[in-house]
Amino acid sequence: MSVSKRFRWSAVLDHSILIIGSLIMILPVVMLLQMASTTDIHTMKNGPGLIFGDQLPVNFEKAMFKADGFTGANTGVRMLYNSMILGFGFAIGKIVIGMMAAYAIVYFRLRFATLAFWVIFTTLLLPLEVRILPSYEIVQRLGMLNTYQGLIIPLIASATATFFFRQFFRSIPEELVEAARIDGAGPIKFFVDILVPLSRTMIAAMFIIMFVYGWNQYLWPTMITTEEGMFTLVRGIKQITQTLEGTNLPEYGRSNLLAIIAILPPVLIVIFFQSWFVKGLTESDK
Amino acid sequence: MAQVSLNNVRKVYPNGFEAVKPASFRIEDGEFVVLVGPSGCGKSTMLRMIAGLEDISDGALTIGDRVVNDVDPADRDIAMVFQNYALYPHMTVAKNIGYGLKNRKIPAADIAAKVQEAATMLNLTDYLDRKPSQLSGGQRQRVAMGRAIVRDPSLFLFDEPLSNLDAKLRNQMRIEIKALQRRLGVTSVYVTHDQVEAMTMADRIIVMNAGRIEQIGTPAEVYHSPASTFVASFMGAPPMNLLTGRAEAGRVRVGNVMLHQHHEDRDLTVGIRPEDIIPDSHGHLEVEVTLIEELGAHRLLHGQMQGHPLTIHVGKDHPVETGHIRAAIKPNAVSLFDPASGVRL
Ligand SMILES: Nc1ncnc2c1ncn2[C@@H]1O[C@H](COP(=O)(O)OP(=O)(O)O)[C@@H](O)[C@H]1O
Ligand SMILES: [Mg+2]
Repeated sequence: MSVSKRFRWSAVLDHSILIIGSLIMILPVVMLLQMASTTDIHTMKNGPGLIFGDQLPVNFEKAMFKADGFTGANTGVRMLYNSMILGFGFAIGKIVIGMMAAYAIVYFRLRFATLAFWVIFTTLLLPLEVRILPSYEIVQRLGMLNTYQGLIIPLIASATATFFFRQFFRSIPEELVEAARIDGAGPIKFFVDILVPLSRTMIAAMFIIMFVYGWNQYLWPTMITTEEGMFTLVRGIKQITQTLEGTNLPEYGRSNLLAIIAILPPVLIVIFFQSWFVKGLTESDK
Repeated sequence: MAQVSLNNVRKVYPNGFEAVKPASFRIEDGEFVVLVGPSGCGKSTMLRMIAGLEDISDGALTIGDRVVNDVDPADRDIAMVFQNYALYPHMTVAKNIGYGLKNRKIPAADIAAKVQEAATMLNLTDYLDRKPSQLSGGQRQRVAMGRAIVRDPSLFLFDEPLSNLDAKLRNQMRIEIKALQRRLGVTSVYVTHDQVEAMTMADRIIVMNAGRIEQIGTPAEVYHSPASTFVASFMGAPPMNLLTGRAEAGRVRVGNVMLHQHHEDRDLTVGIRPEDIIPDSHGHLEVEVTLIEELGAHRLLHGQMQGHPLTIHVGKDHPVETGHIRAAIKPNAVSLFDPASGVRL
């Protein structure tokens, strides 16, 4: 028997751990799918199970187009749209602001650049949850409750993005900056023509992280949006499961299908940018 | 085309370190000047001041007939080639070469024509659509040259452009750069720590040491009449033999061997190039050879004379034997230096 084919217990162990781990990860998704495919009564009676039903189209119809409440504005489509705006606005805003802040800190002789950087960095210790009351008050006074600006802008400054872009910019060779200076590229040209294209992979990485982070926001949208037309998916699903009262049957199918829809965009973003990632890593070098 | 002149140009870094002590020299139109010196002696600092990448602390820098101390690098009408090429990694070769022109708002058609012309000159026409990462070191260096050429500058600046290449390619590129400069006739300042590059490429050499200019001269002057013991030992491989001697009654002696004449009684450092010593059975130098280096075309004998280490450059026919030999010094081949300051007498 050759060495490579020898049976190894450690390999079995490794694989068992991986398989069990992925089952644990996948099981909730399977449960969601299962409950989204049966009638609410079935789920009420039996709980989650292994038998898939044929109610997927019906539940999909409800999930996307049914609205609760008074205005009828919070359909699934609307919530998906709101979540998209929050996710993209959040990610793009954070990347733009983070890059520009890092650009200022790394490339310009500012008097207190280092201090400024560390001040930005310490805001990591002050996440939204800590400063939620003053943040809310500011948004409210500015009249930005129930607006996209109110949802996005207060969260847009990002110490994380600034930090990563700063580290990345510092790794770009000094000579590149100097060559650009001799080539007559001013500060804005250098940023647009050279720094941004060089940062592609970094931007992609930040985009994944920030999009998912924005998409998953729950607390802030809950506080800022009271109009149903402004609900995001994550907040809206909660709302649907909350409207179960009296003799009403909980809408298991609808809410579980919405949950699946809520998972999809982040997954797609990761898949889409991952190929970009690999391309960026293999094709370009600094 | 332009002359460059420096008038007491000095550089003090913000941390108080004086990297370039007040320096004055003039570079003529079309001249190829090489700044040479050991690592850390301030060559790059000097070049970067000329380029405008580093502020000038004191003194005046003139390019053409303009004092350019406060002029932006892009407006100094210069082009620079860096050691690590500094190509824009995300741009194709053509874009890299044309980027400076694009920033000057030159029409795209003219840029394309100029890029094509430069690429032809540098044998890069087949690579115009490649990214720098898909090129070899030598090709990258050519692209960097192309970027300099298309701008049609009045001054080329090179900062150790060949240091990242292997020895063979370095020799080849050395010749190419020199030929190109001759053809274009552009005034050039070339920084290197490699004395071979300095000797072979320069019209004039500026030797620097610890922020100070030690000597300015043609390669022959610098080699044969070094202005200091530093230059004597820096230029030339193997370096000049430096022996401790003394002048008395008009004669310079090392140990009890008479080597030269000098009118003033004093201690001296006596410098002799290895190739200025010739084995000669009637010679009055007695040398104990302890090691022989075979270099193919010639050999180097390492040994002792009167207790001083001595290197002799001999032809390939010299017997490969250690031991006692006699040698003589070629006429007018001795340099004398002040032992304390190292300055040539
Ligand atoms: N930004 C700086 N601040 C302080 N000292 C510097 C700076 N840049 C270079 N130096 C010092 O100045 C000296 C000359 O540097 P440089 O001109 O790069 O030398 P070379 O190119 O001859 O090797 C070195 O001792 C270096 O440490
Ligand atoms: Mg240097």
